[in-house]
Amino acid sequence: MTIGFKSALVPVFALAASVLSAAACGTRTVEVTRQVPVEVTREVGREAGSLVVYSGRSESLVAPIIKQFSEATGVKVQVKYGDTAAVAATLLEEGSRSPADVFFAQDPGGLGAVGALLAPLPDRLLRRVPDWARSPEGRWVGVTARARVVVYDTRSFTEQDLPDSIRGFTAPEWKGRIGWAPTNASFLAMVAAMRQMWGDAETEQWVRGIQANGARSFQNNTAIVQAVGAGEIQVGFVNHYYLHRFLAEQGESFPARNYYTRAADPGSVVLISGIGVLSTAKNAANAEKFVEFMLGTVAQQYFASQTYEHPLISGVVSARGIPDVAGVAKPAIDVSKLSDLQGTQALLRRVGVIP
Amino acid sequence: MALPFARIGRAPRVSRPRPPFPLVAAGLLVGAAVLIPVAYLLFRAFGAADSTLDMLFRARSAAIIARSLLLVVIVTAGSVTIAVPVAFLATRTDLPWRRFWAVAIALPLVTPSYVAAMVAVAALGPRGMLQGLLDRVVGIDRLPAIYGLPGAALVLVLLCYPYVYIMVRASLRRMDPALEEAARGLGYGQMEALRRVVLPLLRPAIAAGALLVALYTLSDFGAVSLLGYETFTWAIYLQYETTFDRTAASALSLVLVVAAVSILMLESFTQARGRYYRSTAGTVRPHGVARLGRWRWVAFGLVGALFAIAVVAPLSVLAYWALRGGVQPGLSFPVAAAWNSVRVAALAAAVTSVTAFPVAVLAVRFGGRLTTLLDRASHIGFALPGIVIALALVFFGVNFVTPVYQTLALLVFAYVVLFLPAASGAIKASLMQLNPHVEEAARALGRSEWRVAAQVTIPMVMPGVLAGAAMVFLLTMKELPATLILAPLGFKTLATSVWSAASEAFFARAALPSVMLVAVAGVPAAYLLLRDAPRESNRSSQR
Repeated sequence: MTIGFKSALVPVFALAASVLSAAACGTRTVEVTRQVPVEVTREVGREAGSLVVYSGRSESLVAPIIKQFSEATGVKVQVKYGDTAAVAATLLEEGSRSPADVFFAQDPGGLGAVGALLAPLPDRLLRRVPDWARSPEGRWVGVTARARVVVYDTRSFTEQDLPDSIRGFTAPEWKGRIGWAPTNASFLAMVAAMRQMWGDAETEQWVRGIQANGARSFQNNTAIVQAVGAGEIQVGFVNHYYLHRFLAEQGESFPARNYYTRAADPGSVVLISGIGVLSTAKNAANAEKFVEFMLGTVAQQYFASQTYEHPLISGVVSARGIPDVAGVAKPAIDVSKLSDLQGTQALLRRVGVIP
Repeated sequence: MALPFARIGRAPRVSRPRPPFPLVAAGLLVGAAVLIPVAYLLFRAFGAADSTLDMLFRARSAAIIARSLLLVVIVTAGSVTIAVPVAFLATRTDLPWRRFWAVAIALPLVTPSYVAAMVAVAALGPRGMLQGLLDRVVGIDRLPAIYGLPGAALVLVLLCYPYVYIMVRASLRRMDPALEEAARGLGYGQMEALRRVVLPLLRPAIAAGALLVALYTLSDFGAVSLLGYETFTWAIYLQYETTFDRTAASALSLVLVVAAVSILMLESFTQARGRYYRSTAGTVRPHGVARLGRWRWVAFGLVGALFAIAVVAPLSVLAYWALRGGVQPGLSFPVAAAWNSVRVAALAAAVTSVTAFPVAVLAVRFGGRLTTLLDRASHIGFALPGIVIALALVFFGVNFVTPVYQTLALLVFAYVVLFLPAASGAIKASLMQLNPHVEEAARALGRSEWRVAAQVTIPMVMPGVLAGAAMVFLLTMKELPATLILAPLGFKTLATSVWSAASEAFFARAALPSVMLVAVAGVPAAYLLLRDAPRESNRSSQR
């Protein structure tokens, strides 16, 4: 461009993701879609540059919002997708030679594993989310929240039939009815929360109790929700949003729902997906811009309505059937300690749940 | 009773010629390449001896190794049992729709194992689709659980039998009918000739296919994890997934290397140094077609049933998911991904075939300690979990060949390391059927080594080259862990599209690229597998 040296700041209006909000009209629920205009500042006359994102979150979840970032800012974004553990291992292998600027992870464990490679984030970004949703050293910040829940078979139970606390599932009447995914990262985070709240002895007792009830092991949350829907098992310990994807595809008649445990216990602990900037980032400024965008209204609304997660900032409308994260009984735990996976793995190994 | 000119069994020991230098150089280069993952594992696991030994001697490790090997034995035996008769029917008989079956039966090779497992659970689970169907008809409330060994074995057999099928088919096409006819002439019945001559002649092909099945089973993660059968590879993935512990994962992977080497040694016992070609003069004519008579339609039913179970049923479940989900945002034909898949798979098939050639020639024509070692080493990549190979090449790429890191070149290199034995195994099996005297005659007539290779050896072993290329093509189409980690930024394939949706429970979005994967893979697979078919059909129409 010939404008050359003088660059002007021009406000540009970017169209936000369509917003889904729910309005109850009598007994029927009506979905309303509206467009939210968002003001984004874009420099004209200068190349916006590029950004390399390593995403442990799947393309089907984050590609649309990354595209919006790109359109709004003009930054050319290149993404490497993989599962969080594989991407974290890749980052560790690459070390200081990594081409990545940003690591977008599915769980705090992944961010913790590469913690040494991440640069501290500025306070203004960290302060956008609640205390419990960011790294104490300021190396990563939560983008979305996901609650642990009990998914249950609505043909067999109503919410009232379910115990107040996740401890209740060790009772003998739940024998042969439980599914869990003991090798799943979110499950490990829940057990880590449990150790923090209850201590190792009680946690071990709970794990043994569930095991004694013949809990069926699944590879992941999806498989559990599918099995509950099929009536193969009656309850399962999962993250909240998987159910909503089944409901979206198979309709409201899908015979399973989420139960957020009434007691503020690890059964409904809120976990985060988060983001960090590599200290070797070549596009550090754009990386910060990206983090800022993910914590803005547009992205937060996108996650709330399209991926059925809980937003971490206020002023965002949750998708239908998902309670406000502020309303979920959150146990008081130190989220940063959830990345202590060694101790959790050792406990589960002692019990014999994992080899 | 020995046949006069088909000496099956130990061949007289002849002094082998020294391999020409370019061949040795190529072999050494390939050897260095395939050993990168092992070098990486040693480097990563080094210094972790204490915790590793502790982990290995934990009681459950032995049990997990035993479980892995049990699965390997069952899946290998199952695959051979299905594939050999089917290959025979589809190659040597007047089975209706032979050309269709020739390709269709090979297609399960392109299905990612986690997709197959997901489909199997949905269809055959205790309260799955089959149960729903049976419930309406006969009132069955619950089917026996598919989880564990039965489910994992079933899914893996249905995914793996094509390895044996493709190998055996190539071997049958090149087999000299004179050997079989001589047996018939000596008074053997058709079945006995089959048992005493054809089956022994197929031994290299069956062994090569079975070896691939065994090693793949060792490395599979998708099917065993979703079906809840805890194998050694599953334990390795667990190290990455739960504690991000690369050291422990590497140490465990080395155990897998040892297991793979043991299987390779076992395989070399089955392979007598025999001759699989005629020892007298004459050229190999195309073989005849066995008339099945009234068994024709029984055979048709059997092959059709296999096709229905292994291909049609999973595709139907996927199609059902796609329709059930309806039109959703994010649902579109992944055209760019399909093109990328085909492009990179074709590239991988070509490069791997070329790379495999010196390995096969060295192993068959110049057997010796070093070439045997090279041949075995080239199989290790096939037995290791994809993520291990991928991380090894990240380490190698980022530190030693930085300019090509995250380029298509390094990705194709990864496919070569992963899939080399599929190509070299097929070429080896074909090469064993070629009498070296033919090549020697060409040399005696004054042809240079290069021209002998180009004008005699390569054309004669074409069925093996094409079979190997077809396998590498199909395997590359579905490869996931290395593709995700090593592909250039933003490079999407059908396999990554499937995974991206399936891992987040978007079944409908996963279904479309899965169906496309099979459909798109079918065309080049048909091209590779039917290359020399017209000649055969002309001949049978002349009769």
